[in-house]
Amino acid sequence: MSIDMAQFHQVFFEECFEGLEAMESGLLNLDTGDIDSEAINVIFRGAHSIKGGSGTFGFSNVADFTHIMETLLDEMRDGRRQVTQAAIDVLLGSVDCLREMITAIQQEQDVDETRVAEQKSALEVELYGSEASVEPSPVNHSIAMETPVAMSEPAPAQQHEHQGYEIAFTPYLTLLQTGNDPVRMFRELAELGELTASVNVQDIPDFYELNPEACYLAWDLKVAGDIAEDEVNEIFDWVKGDCELEIQSLAAKPVKDPVAHIPAIDAETLSNTPESGISEPAAISPPPVTEDAVNKMAPQKAEPEPAKTVTKSSSTIRVDTAKIDTLINMVGELVITQSMLSLVGEHFAMNKESQLKSGLAQLERHTRELQQSVMNIRMLPISFVFSRFPRLVHDISSKLGKKIELKLVGENTEVDKAVVELINDPLVHLIRNSLDHGIEMPADRIAAGKPETGTIELRAYHRGGHIVIEIIDDGRGLNKDKIKAKAIEKGLIDKHSTLTDKQVFELIFLPGFSTAEQLTDISGRGVGMDVVRKNIQELGGNIEITSELDKGTTISIHLPLTLAILDGQSVAVGDEIYIVPLVSIIESINITEKMLNRVAGKGETFRLRNEYIPIIRMHEIFNVQSAKASQLAEGIIVVVEGQGMRCGLFVDDLLGQQQVVIKSLEANYKRVEGISGATILGDGSVALILDIPGLVRLSNR
Amino acid sequence: MASILAVDDSASMRKMVSLTLKSAGYDVEEAVDGVDAFAKAQSRQFDCIVTDVNMPNKDGITLIKDLRLLSNYKFIPMLMLTTESGAEKKQEGKAAGATGWIVKPFNPDQLIKILKKVLG
Repeated sequence: MSIDMAQFHQVFFEECFEGLEAMESGLLNLDTGDIDSEAINVIFRGAHSIKGGSGTFGFSNVADFTHIMETLLDEMRDGRRQVTQAAIDVLLGSVDCLREMITAIQQEQDVDETRVAEQKSALEVELYGSEASVEPSPVNHSIAMETPVAMSEPAPAQQHEHQGYEIAFTPYLTLLQTGNDPVRMFRELAELGELTASVNVQDIPDFYELNPEACYLAWDLKVAGDIAEDEVNEIFDWVKGDCELEIQSLAAKPVKDPVAHIPAIDAETLSNTPESGISEPAAISPPPVTEDAVNKMAPQKAEPEPAKTVTKSSSTIRVDTAKIDTLINMVGELVITQSMLSLVGEHFAMNKESQLKSGLAQLERHTRELQQSVMNIRMLPISFVFSRFPRLVHDISSKLGKKIELKLVGENTEVDKAVVELINDPLVHLIRNSLDHGIEMPADRIAAGKPETGTIELRAYHRGGHIVIEIIDDGRGLNKDKIKAKAIEKGLIDKHSTLTDKQVFELIFLPGFSTAEQLTDISGRGVGMDVVRKNIQELGGNIEITSELDKGTTISIHLPLTLAILDGQSVAVGDEIYIVPLVSIIESINITEKMLNRVAGKGETFRLRNEYIPIIRMHEIFNVQSAKASQLAEGIIVVVEGQGMRCGLFVDDLLGQQQVVIKSLEANYKRVEGISGATILGDGSVALILDIPGLVRLSNR
Repeated sequence: MASILAVDDSASMRKMVSLTLKSAGYDVEEAVDGVDAFAKAQSRQFDCIVTDVNMPNKDGITLIKDLRLLSNYKFIPMLMLTTESGAEKKQEGKAAGATGWIVKPFNPDQLIKILKKVLG
């Protein structure tokens, strides 16, 4: 039966124009910087519908084009990307371009391909920075090699004859609640080959405990025939996660020796997710290449794998067995301490006090060690991130015609898994900047009396509860005068302001700042550094630049070792205790009336070393009735910095510094502005952890 | 004759789904968003729901979640139309109680094939 798709085209075109109009007005009303997710969602939905429809109705060029817009908008909606004027402009241009495309299709004219290609690349640059233009470059042996291998994944399965599959299918009790009927799957399996099924009824409970809506049955299925794994997998695609599933290929007759090891992998890949199943055969069955080529590829080949482990299997983690052993050992110690303590407690007399004390001391030690060991499990070497950079540097430097050597130092430094996942993008951006703007062309370097080959050093090390990642290049350094001139031109600073070196370098983190005279496709669209800083701050870290003209630039990123524990300063406001993240505290001071400055309608500020700092009265913001100090001079001002803004938190008292375990407030209660989470204090009470950037925003309102 | 509720805010997609399924002999009713669909689903019993995910007023995932709470939709197959990039959405949909998904873009034959599977 065939349906004439053309009958839907007219409706689709009308819908497109409506959608485009909505997108356009949405884009025009969008404020830069601020993320109004509902407003973005309206725009996103427009792009999404056009993409879905055009794909279905066969306008693949429209679908491809809107896909990029959609991706861009999606990132904005999720807050992964800032809404910049540049992005809005590109999107508006794309709306125009799309309108032209659809009009042309509607009137059955040719689409202006050059215009589309131009607009598309503008979108891609906005989306990926330069990635889009870098990736498809012809130097990428390993990508070029890998794609066909990955795509032809079912091929090895077809090289030998399957006799069928044995499937152990144990649905969870809840399977039926998604409307999935096992009978449907059996029917489909029966269509593939001869199906024999035996049911396992042992899990059926007593009649009185039986829940009529639960699925207690399990099946052993055997389907015979020469069937591709994919077909079997596809049948169970919808119920993955709702059942225990083991699909085993029945003794397959290997056709050739070289693929004899494949059946073993089949079973393994099948029990995995389809995604990881694809990557594994790719790595195992190398394409026939000359030894020379293999040698050349070896360092590059190693690169995609860790990256995949990090991005795809984000819910699982590979742990060194030694770490597990330590953990088990720790738990053993803890049990011993516990039994010793309960012995003391059972027949307690005052003369056993010293025993009790030593027992408690042991308990404390073991708990601390156990905590450390557990944290340790989440730690991954930073090489997971670093390992992809040699390739990046190689590709980009050859594209730019520069000679650059990348040195990696401290790759084994361990850092929390979450940090590993989130630090990648900022690092890519920073390295690109160094490659593009930092290192000079070989001729310039020789003229400046430097070695022809530039060096970029990527270094990671631990320093006092933090991990420090440094990107050091020996390039031309930052030109302070140029940065200042640019900032004045962009109206970011006053013409007469005097700035320290550090303050000048800070300027490049401001939104919309770009010093490159000529924008290249590698970097320098001015949408980068502010996002980089924001990402790093979201991880609870900070970023600093030091640079010397003609000598080079060093960018240091300081990150907490883990995201689950935070170094905090507890402060008192009346009866309430709040935790201020230590990294955001600059100093804490008593102020005098003299330093105060009240501006009508603008709130209170105070003067600290020639800088006016707004004051946030914590007891007013969180409505704490019991606050002791109401006069600013009576309490303490904690000067904090969040997203480049400084402000003073007015509190009653400083209590102490401590490590706190972060508990999500959202998961247990709901999101509260100005609060990033909660923790439980030693006495069992709950203290809220302040979200400094959020607090600054809150007080600005 | 099995009855299907087709939910999509895009008129062209909705018409396409609905006409395709009608031509295959199903009894199809259309709804323009989650709110509309929820009201229609309560006014009569459908044997299957096919819904888009991203819609104004009430999205497809919320719709599925809400319908699953009704006793007469507890075990009814509900399929969502999703784009290939929506692995996350698939999981979200499953958590809400979706039976499965149909990946966009799809052609009429694929749609019918999947519905036949589900409805038997």
